[in-house]
Amino acid sequence: MQAILKGLMAAAVALAASNASAATIEDVKKNGILTCGTNSATAGFSLPDNEGKWTGFVVDYCRAVAAAVLGDAQKVRFIPLTPKDRFTALQSGEIDILAHNATWTSSRDTSLGILFAGTYFYDGQGFMVRKAENIGSAKDLDGASICVTQGTTTELNLADYFRSHSISYSTVGFADEEAVVKAYEEGRCDVLSADSSTLNASRQRMANSDDSIVLPELISKEPLGPAVRQGDDHWFNVAKWTLLVMVSAEELGVTSQNVDEMKSSENPNIRRLLGVEGSIGKDLGLADTWSVDVIKQVGNYGEVFDRNIGKDSPLKMERGLNALWNQGGLQYAPPVR
Amino acid sequence: MSGHSLHSPLANSSLLPPTAPPWRIRRSPAAWMRKNLFSTPFSGVLTICFTALAAWLLYQLLSFAVFDAVWTGGQEECRANPDGACWPFIVEKFDYLRYGAYPVAERWRVDLTLIIGAVLIVWLLWKRAPQRNVAALLFFIAYPVVAFVLLRGVASLNLPVIDTVLWGGLLITLLMSVVGIVFSLPIGVLLALGRRSELPLVRAVCVIFIEVVRGVPFITVLFMANFMMPLFVPDYLTPDRLLRPLIAIALFSSAYMAEVVRAGLQAIPKGQYEAAKALGLSYFTIMRLIILPQALTIVIPGIVSTFIGLFKDTTLVAIVGIADFLRAVETARVDPNWAGPTISSTGYLFAGLVYWIFCFGMSRYSQAMEREFARGHKS
Amino acid sequence: MSEVLLAPRSLWSLSLHDAKVRGVLYQVLLAGSLLALVVSIAIQTASNMRARGIPLSFGFWNETAGFDINQTLIPYDTLSTYGQAFWVGVVNTLYVSLLGIVLATLLGFVVGIARLSPNWIVAKVAASYVEVIRNVPLLLQLLFWYNAVLKPLPTPRASIELPGGIYLNNRGLIIPEIQLHEGAGSVGLAFLAGTMLCFAYRFHARRVQDRTGKQLPVLRVSLAALIGLPLIVFFLVGSPVSFVTPELRGFNFRGGHQLYPEFAALLIGLSAYTASFIAEIVRSGIQAVPKGQTEAAHALGLAPGKTLRLVTVPQALRIIIPPLTSQYLNLTKNSSLAVFIGYPDLVQIFAGTVLNQTGAAVQVMAITLSVYLAISLVTSMVMNAFNRRFAIVER
Repeated sequence: MQAILKGLMAAAVALAASNASAATIEDVKKNGILTCGTNSATAGFSLPDNEGKWTGFVVDYCRAVAAAVLGDAQKVRFIPLTPKDRFTALQSGEIDILAHNATWTSSRDTSLGILFAGTYFYDGQGFMVRKAENIGSAKDLDGASICVTQGTTTELNLADYFRSHSISYSTVGFADEEAVVKAYEEGRCDVLSADSSTLNASRQRMANSDDSIVLPELISKEPLGPAVRQGDDHWFNVAKWTLLVMVSAEELGVTSQNVDEMKSSENPNIRRLLGVEGSIGKDLGLADTWSVDVIKQVGNYGEVFDRNIGKDSPLKMERGLNALWNQGGLQYAPPVR
Repeated sequence: MSGHSLHSPLANSSLLPPTAPPWRIRRSPAAWMRKNLFSTPFSGVLTICFTALAAWLLYQLLSFAVFDAVWTGGQEECRANPDGACWPFIVEKFDYLRYGAYPVAERWRVDLTLIIGAVLIVWLLWKRAPQRNVAALLFFIAYPVVAFVLLRGVASLNLPVIDTVLWGGLLITLLMSVVGIVFSLPIGVLLALGRRSELPLVRAVCVIFIEVVRGVPFITVLFMANFMMPLFVPDYLTPDRLLRPLIAIALFSSAYMAEVVRAGLQAIPKGQYEAAKALGLSYFTIMRLIILPQALTIVIPGIVSTFIGLFKDTTLVAIVGIADFLRAVETARVDPNWAGPTISSTGYLFAGLVYWIFCFGMSRYSQAMEREFARGHKS
Repeated sequence: MSEVLLAPRSLWSLSLHDAKVRGVLYQVLLAGSLLALVVSIAIQTASNMRARGIPLSFGFWNETAGFDINQTLIPYDTLSTYGQAFWVGVVNTLYVSLLGIVLATLLGFVVGIARLSPNWIVAKVAASYVEVIRNVPLLLQLLFWYNAVLKPLPTPRASIELPGGIYLNNRGLIIPEIQLHEGAGSVGLAFLAGTMLCFAYRFHARRVQDRTGKQLPVLRVSLAALIGLPLIVFFLVGSPVSFVTPELRGFNFRGGHQLYPEFAALLIGLSAYTASFIAEIVRSGIQAVPKGQTEAAHALGLAPGKTLRLVTVPQALRIIIPPLTSQYLNLTKNSSLAVFIGYPDLVQIFAGTVLNQTGAAVQVMAITLSVYLAISLVTSMVMNAFNRRFAIVER
């Protein structure tokens, strides 16, 4: 009988060990589809329509990764996640990559088993109040009820800010972002607090958006970025460089329209970016045309920004901090070489 | 329905010649009222209070749902009406509530699946239908395959594959319930038998499973199934995201089912086992032919109420982001285009009605079966 | 195990047709596969967690939580630890569950007894209540209470003012805060004394009844002792209680106790839902008491109310208690639906925010499940003990 037990144990160990290596890129290629965790409904960033087609800024990032790895921007399965559940889903391997409005912080990089692969949107936390309250500053919010989404840095920043300014407040937290906005709209709270991009996006989904204003203060730094699991450097590089290539493309003037012509450009930077020279694609374990696929099928950073949240979208957000470094912003890509 | 229950059971029997009831039971409306509504002064006061309460509630409901409701028009009319339900909202969202994001061009597949299912269920449950064992065979063996092929699709049959993340609405609710119902009963029976087994280890395992499952909230199990599972098992053993809550719900209900079945098993007199054993029948034959048919018949009400519980519990899959019917109602409710004052109430009223019809239907069917069996025993 | 049962020499002479051998074989197989399953899951989990750098320890317990919880019964602020946040969640879960159990029991008994009322309309209204509430998902009912009933209440500035300085608005029910002054302790002591007096009098009354058959007015004397005595002391020491009435300042009311709409919706929903099941349990329990019992009681001249209280209910309780226990447990587990409407219970705080902030998913879920299992086991044990006391002593 001991022999039977030993055999079973060995089988168990073998079963478990067979999955010890975690090469996400191999899984993605094998399955032929990228599983991407996104916001469940944030206009401009990630929003499904009635037919289940997803659009938005972070959605396009996922499509870019799919284009890079699989050569097809449509081969993405989107898993809507609440902020509360997003890191657990990434940790466990439920999703391949997290493209959420998630803030890059030190503790998330160190203790959650995940790594942020860059910043696709520089943001800050703000407040939205009803105009009728005649509030001019966050310091006038004494005694207010504030709606926040659970599991966000918003929750933590609020506590810091109000404690350091000795202002009393009470939070009303929900797991679901839609529930938070709805609770504010229905008057359950006086204030809605979130990243200012989310506040703007939420406005789009409010019935009476003109009744509310966003206060001038931004109380925190919120660099939003994609995240991957720790312990898979290869995949981390793919996630990081997909974003950086999009930024470089904008800097070098390569767009989804002109990418094919640009391949015959004389500029060595462009030639390297598009894989005409050098071997970055091969080094990343991707096809040589990976960057062309990304830019052609999804666009460069500026195109994605304008289309979803910038000047060509209903949100009409300024580039601001998200302009390129040579245009007064923070978006800066290390050289491709 | 309620008219039925007022008759005495004897009235149904065709064997008895109709006789005039004795004079004390013959009811004039006044006598009936005196007896049933105003037997004592206290009873009279209660009657008045409760009649007023019932009338008020009914009036509120009717005026909200019918008299003051918006029947035609659109978003503008609904926004202008703070008193009544907004039915155009339901009409516009009706497709979304039924199919979720299932591609429009392929929705006939869902309809077809549901129609086949409905026909089979009616065939299976209708007492006087012919060949009910064929229906059972079709429903339990052939139907799941057909449903899978139709809903998910097989490329070679010219049915495009529809990813399960697109499934939603009533489709999900019904799918979860049917799968849960089909699997929870057999697993529950096995667990119940295991709990009464003579093998101590089998018993212990079943007891632990049943008690642990019954001791924890369902949403925590769902959370672990859908967000943490790849942490526990290798990738190739991780089922589809829609399948996992299905498994969870079936296992979860089976633990409750096991307790119901156990009560039935306990009610079977020991003599039955002993007689069957004396005949030299094996354990499984005894169970299959003698014990289980009796035990399950006794606990039909319990089984059906477990089914009803399961049906209602499917709403909890919303916690893992699966768009079941209730979740679809919630999504529709927060649509800014339909931000009328009564949108929430309308959505909930409609959802409540849909769930109620299914649950009430099930409970009525079980009551009818119970009566049937009760009659069978008496004759 | 098999070594004990099988003598080594007879091992080969036994065949698979022997039920005992088969039994042992089944169990060995079951044990083996379960063990393999558990071990492989444990290995898989540990290796995955290590590979991904997920914390394996409980070190987060004493770290600063840094987030705010709006409804706490025990001290908590943003500088408290995750461990304290856990306790806030446990207490909130227990609080809403206990209140829910009390309300559901009261309502359930009333409805259950009303269903058996000889009064036709009372019985029908009670039956409709049960059939409607029982057949609609609890989650839907909670969402309804929260989103369709409580949230549309007026804003704080347009609060509904109720008598006694109570305000109702979409931030909840705000009631005056009770402040105790010197001498309040003596009122408490008087209540304690009253309670003891009650017990003493009941004991006395029973002895008198046993000896002489005379019934003493226990109820009236008990009420007098329980309410009257503290009331007299209350006025003697000069009403040592004052009320802080809430007043509207800025956004919200200041002062007073606030009953949040999230809590209220959960409590109402849970109680109403569970009450419909308890009503059915009570009804079938009472119906199971043989009719002869009631008739005998009537023949002895007991009034209907007394018959119910002294004859029917005590017997029905024996049938009622086991299913009632599982309803109590269901209510406790169902309180986890708080996550859908934002009440900070154990699942919302601990398995929600804390899990998210610390990333310790496995540990947090293990603790959460253990808490519910512990509640379940303790309740079962208590109710089993209660049940034993009520069980008929077979002669």
